[in-house]
Amino acid sequence: MHENEQISGNRRKIQDIMLRHSSKRRLMDKIVSALAVVGVLAAIVPLASILLEVIKNGASAITIELVTQPPGAMASATSGGIAPAIQGTLIVIGLATLIGAPVGILTGIFLSEFAPGNGLFPSAVRLFSDVLIGLPSVVIGIVGYLTIVLTTGSFSVLAGAFSLSIIMIPIVVRITEETLKIVPNSIREAGQSLGIAKWKITLFIVLKSAKSGVITGIVLAISRIAGETAPLIMTILGTSLFFSSFTNPVDALPLRIWRLASQPYDSAHSQGWGAALILIIVVMILSMALRLLTQRKGFKVKASHV
Amino acid sequence: MTPENEGFLDGSLLNPSSKKGNDLHLKQEQRHKVSIKNLDAWFGTKQALKNINLDIKPNAATAIIGPSGCGKTTLIRCLNRMHEMTPGATAKGHIIIDGDVDIYDKSVDPVIIKRRIGMVFQKPNPFPTMSIYDNVSAGLKLNGVKDKRLINDIVKESLEGAALWDEVKDELDKPGIGLSGGQQQRLCIARALAMQPEVLLMDEPTSALDPIASSKIEELVHVLKKELTIITVTHNMLQAARVSDYTAFMYLGELIEYGSTSQIFKTPQKELTERYISGKFG
Repeated sequence: MHENEQISGNRRKIQDIMLRHSSKRRLMDKIVSALAVVGVLAAIVPLASILLEVIKNGASAITIELVTQPPGAMASATSGGIAPAIQGTLIVIGLATLIGAPVGILTGIFLSEFAPGNGLFPSAVRLFSDVLIGLPSVVIGIVGYLTIVLTTGSFSVLAGAFSLSIIMIPIVVRITEETLKIVPNSIREAGQSLGIAKWKITLFIVLKSAKSGVITGIVLAISRIAGETAPLIMTILGTSLFFSSFTNPVDALPLRIWRLASQPYDSAHSQGWGAALILIIVVMILSMALRLLTQRKGFKVKASHV
Repeated sequence: MTPENEGFLDGSLLNPSSKKGNDLHLKQEQRHKVSIKNLDAWFGTKQALKNINLDIKPNAATAIIGPSGCGKTTLIRCLNRMHEMTPGATAKGHIIIDGDVDIYDKSVDPVIIKRRIGMVFQKPNPFPTMSIYDNVSAGLKLNGVKDKRLINDIVKESLEGAALWDEVKDELDKPGIGLSGGQQQRLCIARALAMQPEVLLMDEPTSALDPIASSKIEELVHVLKKELTIITVTHNMLQAARVSDYTAFMYLGELIEYGSTSQIFKTPQKELTERYISGKFG
C-alpha cells in the first residue's frame, strides 16, 4: 500500500512539473525555430547578394569577344577578352583533378577498407589530411613555387596543377572515406561469401555503391580549386597568351580577375566582373557535366544477356 | 513431414559386401559431407564455441537450433571461414570436407573455400548497384568467368533453382533492390547457387521475411537438398522441424545434442534439449 502511494505521489509530482514546463517549452520551441530561420537567412542572404552583384555587373560584359579574344592593350575600350584565362583555368583544373582525384580516392579507399581502425599509420594519414585541408592556399603556392618553379626554372602549368592538387587531395580523401564507411557491411559480406578477392569487392562493389558520394567529393574539390588565386600567382604566373606547353606559364580566371580588378580603368573592371561571372558559370557547368557523365551509367543497366 | 531416412541412413552402409573394418570407417568418413572436429572459436578472449564435434550428412538439410548467443551463427560462419573476417575473431580446429580437405589447414586459401561453401544471410543483401542478372552473375564474373553463354545458362539455372525465374525472367535488367524482401532473398540464394557450391549455409534465412515468403524458402530447401548439403541456422524450432532431416541443438557455445530431426523433437536424450524444445527457456 505504502509503495503504491509513493509511486503515485512521485508520478503526480512529475506530472505537475512537466505541466508547468509545457508552456515554457512551447515558447522555447518558437524562439529556437525563429533563430534557425535567422541563421538560414544569415547564410543565404550574403551568398545571394554576392551572386546577384556578380550577375548584375558581369552580365553586360559578356560578349563573344570577351570569351574568344585574348587581352588587348590596356585601357582601350574594346580591348580583347579573357579567352586565354578560360582555357588556362580548364587546363589547370583538369590536370590538377587528374593528379588529385585518383590519389585522393585511393587514399580514401585505404583508410576505409584496409585500415579503418586506430593504428598509428592510418591515424597519421587522417591527421595530415585534416591539417592539409586547413592549410592557407598561399602556403601551398609557395610549396609549388619552391618544388617546381625553382627547380625547373620557369613558371608552368605543371606547377599550378601540382599546387592545386595538393589542395584537392585531402578534400577527396575525407569525403571518399566517409562515403565508403556509409556503405553497409552486409554488401561486403555478400561479396566475401562468393569468394571474391578483397580488391575486387572494394573496386567493383563497394566503390560502385558509393559512386555518387565520391563524385560529389570531387565536384566539391573542383569548385574549391577553381577559385584559388594565391597558389596560381606563384606557380603559373599568368600571361596574355593562350596555352603553349605544360612547362610554360598560362593564364587562369582567378588571376585574370585579380589583374583586371587592380587596373584603374573602368573597362578593365567591367571585364573583371564578366570574368567573375564566367568563372561561376564554368564551375557550374563542370559540376553538372561530371554528374551527368557518371550518372548515365547509373540505373539504366544494360544486362549483357541475349 | 521430415524425411527420416534419406541420405546417409539409406542402408548402404549395412551392405554386407563392405564389412571390412577400415573400409567401413573410410566409407563413414566419406559419407559425411562436412566433418567438424574439436572446433573452438573466440571473439577476442571470449570463447564462443567450445570443442564442437559434428558430422554433417550430404544431400540433407541440417538445422542448428538454440537460444540467442549459443554460437549457432558463429558455427556456420566458421564453416566457410567468414568467422575470422571479424576483427579479433579466431578459430581453431578441423573442418573436413568430403573426407579430404581440412579447410583450417594452413595450405588452404580461405577465399577458395567460399566458392565451395556458399552462404545466405539473415537480411537479404543483393548488390544495390546491379541488376537482377548482374547480381546473380556477380560471383562468376568477378571470379574470372568470361564465357557469356555459360554465364547466361548459369544465371537462368540459378534463378530457376531459387524459384525466382518465372517472376523475373522478363525483367532481368531491373535493379535487384527493386524486388520484394522474399524475392530479394531468393535472388541472394540464386547468387549463391550460381557459384555451383556443394554446401549452402543459411543464417536464419527467413527471419526477416513474412510467412508466405518464408514458406517459399522452406519449399526451396526441400528441393535444393537433393543436390546440395544445406545447413541452416534457425531460431524458429517449428521451421527446423518442418525443413530439416537432422538437427543440432547448441547452448552457450557447446553442442548439446545432435540427431535426426524426429529423434530430437520426439525423444530428446538430454534434459536441456527437452526443456528448450518444449519452450521452457530460450
